[in-house]
Amino acid sequence: MYQTKYHKSNSVDDAVAALAAAEEGKILSGGQTLIPTMKQHLAAPTDLVDVRGVEAMQGVCMDGDTVVIGAATCHADVAGNAHVREHIPGLAALAGGIGDPAVRAMGTIGGSLANNDPAADYPSAVLGLGATVVTNSREIAADDFFDGMFATALEESEIITSIRFPKPGRAAYAKFPNPASRYAMVGVFVTETGGSVRVAVTGAGEDGVFRHDGLETALSSDFSEGAVDGVAVDAEGMLSDIHASDAYRAHLVKVMAKRAVAAAG
Amino acid sequence: MSEGIGARVTRKEDKRFITGKGKYTDDIRMENQAYAAFVRSPHAHATVKSIDASAAEAMEGVIEVLNGAQLTGDEIGNIICGWAITSKDGSPMNMGAWSALATEKVRYVGDAVAVVIAETQALARLAAEAVEVEYDELPAVAFAEKALQAGAPEIHDNAPGNLIYDWEIGEEAATDAALAGAAHVTEMEITNNRLSPNPMEPRSAVATYDESEEHYTLYTTSQNPHVARLVLSAFYNVAPEHKLRVIAPDVGGGFGSKIYIYPEEITCLWASMRTGRSVKWTSDRSEAFMTDAHGRDHVSTAKMGFDADGKIVGFKVDTIANFGAYMSLFSSAVPTYLYATLLSGQYNISNIHCNVRAVYTNTVPIDAYRGAGRPEACYAIERMMETAARELNMDPGELRRRNFIGEFPHETPVIMTYDAGDFDGNLDKALAAANVTGFAERKAEAASRGKLRGLGYSCYIEACGIAPSAAVGSLGAGVGLWESAEVRVNPVGTIEILTGSHSHGQGHETTFAQIVAERFSIPIDNVQIVHGDTDKVQFGMGTYGSRSGAVGMSAIVKAMDKVEAKVKKIAAHTLEASEDDIVIEGGEVKVAGTDKAMGWHEVGLAAYTGHNLPDGMEPGLKEGAFYDPVNFTFPAGAYICEVEVDPDTGVTEIVQFTAADDFGTIINPMIVEGQVHGGVAQGIGQAMLEQVVYDDDGQLITGSYMDYCMPRADDVPFYTIEHNTTVCPGNPLGIKGCGEAGAIGAPPAVINAITDAIGTNDLQMPATPQAVWTALQSVQTPMAAE
Repeated sequence: MYQTKYHKSNSVDDAVAALAAAEEGKILSGGQTLIPTMKQHLAAPTDLVDVRGVEAMQGVCMDGDTVVIGAATCHADVAGNAHVREHIPGLAALAGGIGDPAVRAMGTIGGSLANNDPAADYPSAVLGLGATVVTNSREIAADDFFDGMFATALEESEIITSIRFPKPGRAAYAKFPNPASRYAMVGVFVTETGGSVRVAVTGAGEDGVFRHDGLETALSSDFSEGAVDGVAVDAEGMLSDIHASDAYRAHLVKVMAKRAVAAAG
Repeated sequence: MSEGIGARVTRKEDKRFITGKGKYTDDIRMENQAYAAFVRSPHAHATVKSIDASAAEAMEGVIEVLNGAQLTGDEIGNIICGWAITSKDGSPMNMGAWSALATEKVRYVGDAVAVVIAETQALARLAAEAVEVEYDELPAVAFAEKALQAGAPEIHDNAPGNLIYDWEIGEEAATDAALAGAAHVTEMEITNNRLSPNPMEPRSAVATYDESEEHYTLYTTSQNPHVARLVLSAFYNVAPEHKLRVIAPDVGGGFGSKIYIYPEEITCLWASMRTGRSVKWTSDRSEAFMTDAHGRDHVSTAKMGFDADGKIVGFKVDTIANFGAYMSLFSSAVPTYLYATLLSGQYNISNIHCNVRAVYTNTVPIDAYRGAGRPEACYAIERMMETAARELNMDPGELRRRNFIGEFPHETPVIMTYDAGDFDGNLDKALAAANVTGFAERKAEAASRGKLRGLGYSCYIEACGIAPSAAVGSLGAGVGLWESAEVRVNPVGTIEILTGSHSHGQGHETTFAQIVAERFSIPIDNVQIVHGDTDKVQFGMGTYGSRSGAVGMSAIVKAMDKVEAKVKKIAAHTLEASEDDIVIEGGEVKVAGTDKAMGWHEVGLAAYTGHNLPDGMEPGLKEGAFYDPVNFTFPAGAYICEVEVDPDTGVTEIVQFTAADDFGTIINPMIVEGQVHGGVAQGIGQAMLEQVVYDDDGQLITGSYMDYCMPRADDVPFYTIEHNTTVCPGNPLGIKGCGEAGAIGAPPAVINAITDAIGTNDLQMPATPQAVWTALQSVQTPMAAE
């Protein structure tokens, strides 16, 4: 009933083929969510296709002004990478604040994005930085990628291979961790490039990560903490649970937006 | 002596623990061992219509699936509560039946209805999922106040209105009159939040039945293996005591939750007989959240009256205590004799009355958890004192000082007799160590950074060393609460101490050895502490309620007195001197003021060879003792917490925590400080982080660490610890106890500090960022119109 077959892929093509052949296959890319879920018998894939060993999906490189991160790069490697630290220090800081050292050594950026946990950190960076998600078959703009809680634009058997982050003017992330799980209860990623501002919010929305128009408009005209004060953040559409009501989350979006603006400098 | 009383001896047991060589129950592997997995109710309240185990039993490797009808058919008895409480109208408590495997009805999410015995743990769990149970769901109730309302679902037929007992202590009319005549009355609604104990090691049991001997062996995670054997034998009919050996090997924390005998241990023993296999069960963390006895969960209203001078004239408390779905072993004593008897606090109060209603709900049973009743009492009193000081515009320290008990013994109106203490001295030490005089400056500096700084006090007293057997017997306890010890001096002079106490993190192997080393002038490495095995150790009562120092070590002292007397007789005979002139020092037994001496080991050898003993003396050197305490002991202290609140987020940081404790004589200051650290951390956990949450239907929301917030290292500060010792007059070493003080004293100090910082008293535990932020909204934007 809970038997699963493990495949170790050496190439993207290998992985795509193994996934296509599986009755109910799942990509394993660090497994920091999937494995605990399987242990609790909440998921029972017939096949696990491990892509962490695929060399083409590893590491960070520059393509002109774009930082390209392989989908199977673990959080610790993103946090410590010289290119990321130089060009998008806010992204390096975000990666360095995910989970704990064990999670950061195993979990990968591609795994996090494909799972699209509404309290994950990476979706806010991808959306906030206007990144492009590259798969084995196409390129998907961040604005088209996220499709509500745990849902994305990925097709069956489609595998994220890399993520392309355009170098921002300035960018930063501010997270308010859930006291128990330390996932983002509210996380705000703010980017300013040539006067254009993107604000992506994770942890707070009923439909997962989202951009906040009001904050973007206000910060586009005045990229300052004070500009946030005048913005109304509606509690409607925010998550509400034992740790934070929708109203508290809406309030924290503003506080974290200010802190992200301050950190972006 | 460097290894004796008062020495910071590093723990003897740590070598095996920090090198991964501890031997816990789950490390035990028996030949022919099978594994148990329980089929548990997903409903909070339902009738069980049918159990179909055919699919599970058909799985290869499944040995048997057993259910409650078979268990009761084999006459395994219902689970007992060991303390009978009588309601104020004279009626006995209404105790509902609790079978280890539910038969007709399930009463909480996690209630077990069947058990699968299989060749592997994974297979047992898979097969448990394949057991089909048909339920008829019933309306459920998770909250005690709701369970008392008319029309609430009734959980046990013999507990109408879900009321277990309606009990009182103190004089109600006199207290009402005192409050009516008071110059000022402080009133509060107080919630004491529900906690999950979370010891690092989950519960586990390995049961083996030897058919040829008709003998059972149970390895289990227990704080009191002899009590477990007694109850398993006398009430659950598993086996007579002499045919049942219970071993509690290394145990990784208990905090009370491993006092009780749970359905799983009983079922493993029974299943080992049914299947002829050793049966092992080890809880996982999810199961622990669902089945380990929870703690606290009180809702109270309290009124405290003061005269014009700030003297307390009366204190009245009305408490509703949630008991969960069944009455656990000590549950009935917790909100009565371990709670209401401490409501006088450190204060001279003439009139106290407390009423307690104990209530069934569709939740996990609730029982003693680190502090057990005393944290609930301390929280009520100390929140009242701080609140009253604010209302009376008095310094909170000064209001307490005006009411401190200064003369001992002191009899309170709630049946306790405090034997010793120095409450002013505790507070003096805490105030100085916390630099309270510099607080205004620190508050102003914090304000300049946009932070709200607050200061909170807590002057706690608690009762440890439970307890004089005749006294607790008269109050309804089913057992005596003495302790036993045996001192075995070996022929070569090394010593084994067999103690009825049980160490599950307390460091007994070190502290107990220290008192022996001091008494007999030998190295502690020559002393071995033996505990936790009913075949090795004489009957003992175990470890809980901070009793192992005050009661357990007192038994050792009594046994050592007997050994010393015999040693002196042997030495006097051999050295041709008077017994009165014999002293034990420097590793020798000698005639005081002379060079006539025997080595300690020579006395041991003389006792066992028997070649030259005084006329009529038995050979050997081994003595036992039972020690029954004359009173509770009364640790007390003053805690001061200083916090900074971020008003933008509601996040609270504890910037300083000062604990000035009076624990009586301290054997090992390092271990005592560790107990304070751990206790205060758990107290901070209760105050700011931890909360078991059920929804209205009785589903457990906080079923994992994703939602149940345990304190982590970065949630707690570095502590400032002071000691102010008054020796306990009631036991030979002068010990009071230190195991629970931190968990008792810390919560009100934390909440008093936060409410001081945010300027509103409308805050219940846990003071999470959301709770603090919400409280702040009422202060900062009273007319908020967004």
